Amino acid sequence: MRRALPVLLAAAALLLAACAHKPTQPTPGSGTAVPGNGSGAESSGAAGANSNESAGAGGGGQEIAGPAAGLLAKHAIYFDFDSSEIKGEGTDIVSAHAKYLSTHPELHVRLEGNTDERGSREYNIGLGERRAQAVRQALLLQGAADSQISTVSYGAERPVDPGHNEEAWAKNRRVDIVYLK
Amino acid sequence: MMPSRRPLTSIAAALLAAACGCAALSAHAQLRIEITSGVTDPIHIAVVPFAGGVPAVPTAGADAATIVQNDLEGTGRFRAMPWSEMKAKPSAASQVVIPDWRASGNDYVVVGAVSALPDSELAVDFELLNTLTGEQLASQRFTGAPSALRNAAHRISNVIYEKILGVRGAFDTRIAYISVEGKPPAQHFGLVVADADGANAHVVLQSDAPIMSPAWSPDGTWLAYVSFENKRSTVYVQQVSTGQRQLVSARAGINGAPSWSPDGRKLALTLGGTDGNLDVYVLDLRTQQLTRLTDDPAIDTEAVWAPDGQSVYFTSDRGGGPQIYQIGVSGVDRPRRITFEGSYNAHPSLSPDGTQLAMVTEDGSSFRIAVQDLASGTVRDLSPGPLDNAPTFAPNGAMLLYASIADGQSVLQRASLDGLTSQRLTSDQADVRDPVWGPFAHP
Repeated sequence: MRRALPVLLAAAALLLAACAHKPTQPTPGSGTAVPGNGSGAESSGAAGANSNESAGAGGGGQEIAGPAAGLLAKHAIYFDFDSSEIKGEGTDIVSAHAKYLSTHPELHVRLEGNTDERGSREYNIGLGERRAQAVRQALLLQGAADSQISTVSYGAERPVDPGHNEEAWAKNRRVDIVYLK
Repeated sequence: MMPSRRPLTSIAAALLAAACGCAALSAHAQLRIEITSGVTDPIHIAVVPFAGGVPAVPTAGADAATIVQNDLEGTGRFRAMPWSEMKAKPSAASQVVIPDWRASGNDYVVVGAVSALPDSELAVDFELLNTLTGEQLASQRFTGAPSALRNAAHRISNVIYEKILGVRGAFDTRIAYISVEGKPPAQHFGLVVADADGANAHVVLQSDAPIMSPAWSPDGTWLAYVSFENKRSTVYVQQVSTGQRQLVSARAGINGAPSWSPDGRKLALTLGGTDGNLDVYVLDLRTQQLTRLTDDPAIDTEAVWAPDGQSVYFTSDRGGGPQIYQIGVSGVDRPRRITFEGSYNAHPSLSPDGTQLAMVTEDGSSFRIAVQDLASGTVRDLSPGPLDNAPTFAPNGAMLLYASIADGQSVLQRASLDGLTSQRLTSDQADVRDPVWGPFAHP
């Protein structure tokens, strides 16, 4: 039990150094738990955590504004509820970006899949990914190279509009095409 | 019985907060509880303010009785007699004139006293009396540091609840949830641990990137969760008491939906891989061995373990819309479909005894919490919708906690499994969502 204090104090010291700048910051909880008890998760480093890492998914590259002429100025593709079908103007926007990417092989895009807030959050991660993959396939079919494209799904976690109505939901069911250097 | 190190850890925690200039941390996600519906014929109980106090907490007796009263009323099953209406304030059973309390409409009376012990500890003695029979149903003492008074009161509530209703109380358990402050795109996310009544909220992780899907280890000392701090989803496990954490899955593509096996040795996970096809896997935390459970082009995700550890329930849209399936963890079975009512069933959550399956169900654009009896297949709606989500069972199986939208705000809602009572937990400063109820604190 008494071992908790040094650990906490050490954590306090660490945080003192780090708190100001680190965007993501774990902090100790209420202290009712016994350190080191049980789960076995504390053993053996983060083995496997980075295995099978690929350059593809997320991260990497610095975000840039990307093209802004005509349809290329539009960087969001919108979807119906529980659907990953690219429809209407979305088809033309994707075509314009595919063409642009095929003539600018030095550029990369990250496709960020999003959903509205309704229903299961983890299922929505899957749905956001499916939407991003749908745009990826459409870009590939129209001349973009696989090496130019990465995908990430934020599910319902990154809404554009925080409202709880159809108008907000329609804006949030989208894939954002983010250009990277 | 109660840990005496509490004051020391409090000092360290205060130091910590001061050091960071993050003093607002533990305050910003504090929850308020309000009863949104209760039974029409509640049990009437008089929780007489306990006598006494200690130098550190002069009002300890009254404080303890207030917490007990709030715990019991918070279930929606009890109505507590206002102190102002009490003609006597006995502090021991020997002083209770039973007929008087029965005459004022009470079914039960609780009396107690707080006294000082050596080493700055305190003792809380309480007795529970039945006014109809005069029988003493419980008489017990809890001891500990003054800072553990709240915990002692919750454990008194546990005893009262179990003696009267025959169901183990879960008042001294903890919940975890996600808090979200600010408007897009500048949102701040917190992983928060609080007492089951919303008190003692502590932010154990804060981030400018989304955090989701917290999951308790079976012993209640660790949380697994998904963090987007690396611009994509990764899964961490974090020791709640120290904040020490470890990255357990940052594989290519999606890493999501962690769920601890009942023995605490494995995590069920969702992995997406480079092709973005979500399937359910089991990761052995010690050996890092990864076992694939599902292999289907559909979305397979958010697995939760059966209590026997032999199978998981998960969401899949392999049949069209999302439905709940069950598959053995040996990796050789084919999944068995569990839900058949409605076109959208997701986010499975299993009762502690494994007999009830709670889920999010959609009918006619309203998302509600529904509970399916696994033996009979009978499904009933538990919540009114329209935007309810993320059900999680209390460890005693008597209540569910879930996320909801009320007055344009994300709130947590508690409901009894029979649907008769509900309470809302709101934060003034943040949207709160994605709750998960922790295990019993004591075996």
